[in-house]
Amino acid sequence: MRAAGIDIGSRSIELVILDNSGIIEARTADSGFDPMGVAGKLMDKVAFDRIVATGYGRNLFEIAFEGDTVTEIKAHARGAYHLFPDAGTILDIGGQDSKVIRTNGAGKVTKFEMNDRCAAGTGKFLEIMARSLGFTIEEFGGAAMTADDELPINSMCTVFAESEVTSLLARGEDRLKIARGLHSSVVRRAMSMLKRVSDDGPVVFTGGVANNPCMVRFLEQLTGRDVLVPSEPHMAGALGAALIAHEMMR
Amino acid sequence: MSQDLMNTLQQAFEQNVIDIENYKKDGRKAIGCYCLYSPVELIVAAGAIPLPLCGTKNDPVAAAEEVLPRNLCPLIKSSYGFAALNTCPFFRFSDMIVADTTCDGKKKMFELMQQYKKVHVLQLPQNQNVEKSLAPWLDEVRIMKEEIEAVTGVEITTERIDAAIDLLNRERDAKKAVMDLAQIKPSPIKGSELINILFKVGFLADKEKGIGLMNTMVDHYKALAENGESPYTAKTPRILISGVPMGVGSDKVAKILEESGASVVGFENCTGYKQVFTVEKEGDRLDVLARQYLSIPCSVMSPNTGRLELLDRMIRDFKVDGVVDLTWQACHTYNVESFSVEKHLKDAHGLPMLHLETDYSDSDTEQLRVRIQAFIEML
Repeated sequence: MRAAGIDIGSRSIELVILDNSGIIEARTADSGFDPMGVAGKLMDKVAFDRIVATGYGRNLFEIAFEGDTVTEIKAHARGAYHLFPDAGTILDIGGQDSKVIRTNGAGKVTKFEMNDRCAAGTGKFLEIMARSLGFTIEEFGGAAMTADDELPINSMCTVFAESEVTSLLARGEDRLKIARGLHSSVVRRAMSMLKRVSDDGPVVFTGGVANNPCMVRFLEQLTGRDVLVPSEPHMAGALGAALIAHEMMR
Repeated sequence: MSQDLMNTLQQAFEQNVIDIENYKKDGRKAIGCYCLYSPVELIVAAGAIPLPLCGTKNDPVAAAEEVLPRNLCPLIKSSYGFAALNTCPFFRFSDMIVADTTCDGKKKMFELMQQYKKVHVLQLPQNQNVEKSLAPWLDEVRIMKEEIEAVTGVEITTERIDAAIDLLNRERDAKKAVMDLAQIKPSPIKGSELINILFKVGFLADKEKGIGLMNTMVDHYKALAENGESPYTAKTPRILISGVPMGVGSDKVAKILEESGASVVGFENCTGYKQVFTVEKEGDRLDVLARQYLSIPCSVMSPNTGRLELLDRMIRDFKVDGVVDLTWQACHTYNVESFSVEKHLKDAHGLPMLHLETDYSDSDTEQLRVRIQAFIEML
């Protein structure tokens, strides 16, 4: 029996297929402007018996394809529980939102918080800032870590922060220091949400932003907590959805 | 049959606009109110038509933002926008507005609203300590009475107040009976239907018509429940909505909850269960009214322990599984109070709470849906 999970996010779509032996297929693609079209292509030529969709496109998926849906909160909690069963706190920072989830010993969600409606402190924010500083998103975190000092960034609104960065550059400031300041401001924002939901124990860090090494290091340094990052943190939601699909078949 | 009743309500609501026009031609006055704290008995006692004016629609918000800051509560913007655009018949009908200083945004907005209507503002104390706050509040109630007498030309006697108390107690009892339908498990009525009923009945100039309609609805839904008919099952999660007022047009959170598989069983807010009280006819009537209305547990009050007591009662009576605390954007008092409410719910009841801050627009529907669905999954 093959179970599939698909996470239709604002920035990317992930598909995980698993059977009783474990993950047998994992795919990812950019969401683009036609997420259902991309989702359809991603599922092309893969066989599965049941699929569960999550992510912001889940409701559209449910209409377009045969499948059940769960929220990304439940999916990430399930995925993180599978990867790190002893950690009860999950921080997920994706393309357009960030969330903190607390689970009980059985992986069930007991509390969660999400960021506001805007993209402040999310992957989209980092992506736009990287672009204004002339970095690719892949090199942004590594570059920020090479700075020996940081310039504080006060704005969290993407548009205001971009203006702030522009004026710092106009003052002749070092782009590495600005990059470091931006990373630490995103971490601080995530920390205030983290504290409201859970204040001790290890934190599982999922979502695309967990691929950024600077985010991981700052999160560890500033919280003093262990930060556990899956090998493919952006797949955690799709993995959780696939596990839920697998459980539904039993 | 349920639909027939809703149609009857809708017809009454539409007919009401024509009725008020006719009443006004015959010389009857209409007085608009912006807050539950205004003792409506005084308006009814003067033979005037009380009209609840708090804006619940998003349409006039853009017009209001030409004058008011964007980062202001949507209820204030909607209310002001309706006045500025003159698109609300009930605002148009009002010969006078009675408004309370329920929050900073409202009280400053009322200063601007003066250009369109006579607005009489009641200085509402922010503390329910009777020794400290009753005397100044009683004074405000007395001035309100004099103002209404001046506008209507009717002397508000004790007999008239008593008749108004009787009528409004009956109306409040009828509203309570409608809301209490949802105490039945599973509830025969949806929360969004409750909002619709309470909202529309609130405007009816003919209070008897409203009371009669509500009593018919209670009989109808009770009969449904006795036949085991309900949109829900015994397993449907039962949600109490707490916080800011809601009406037709500002009910998106209730609708998303229902779309996500929850049964909204109650409203701990001033368009819901905060309206449930009984005024006694004893002693100095203004004193009785002032005391009763001052005890309404709105977040403007500090401290506001009455809200937690009301929540305790509702959680028990409505068999609540989870609470959604709703804050309109930029409503600081409800927003801050959310922390204490969440703590109280957890400590006293072991109940989870979801806090939502939003406005009247649809722009965040999907973000709200994720939170609401995840909350339901969690229960």
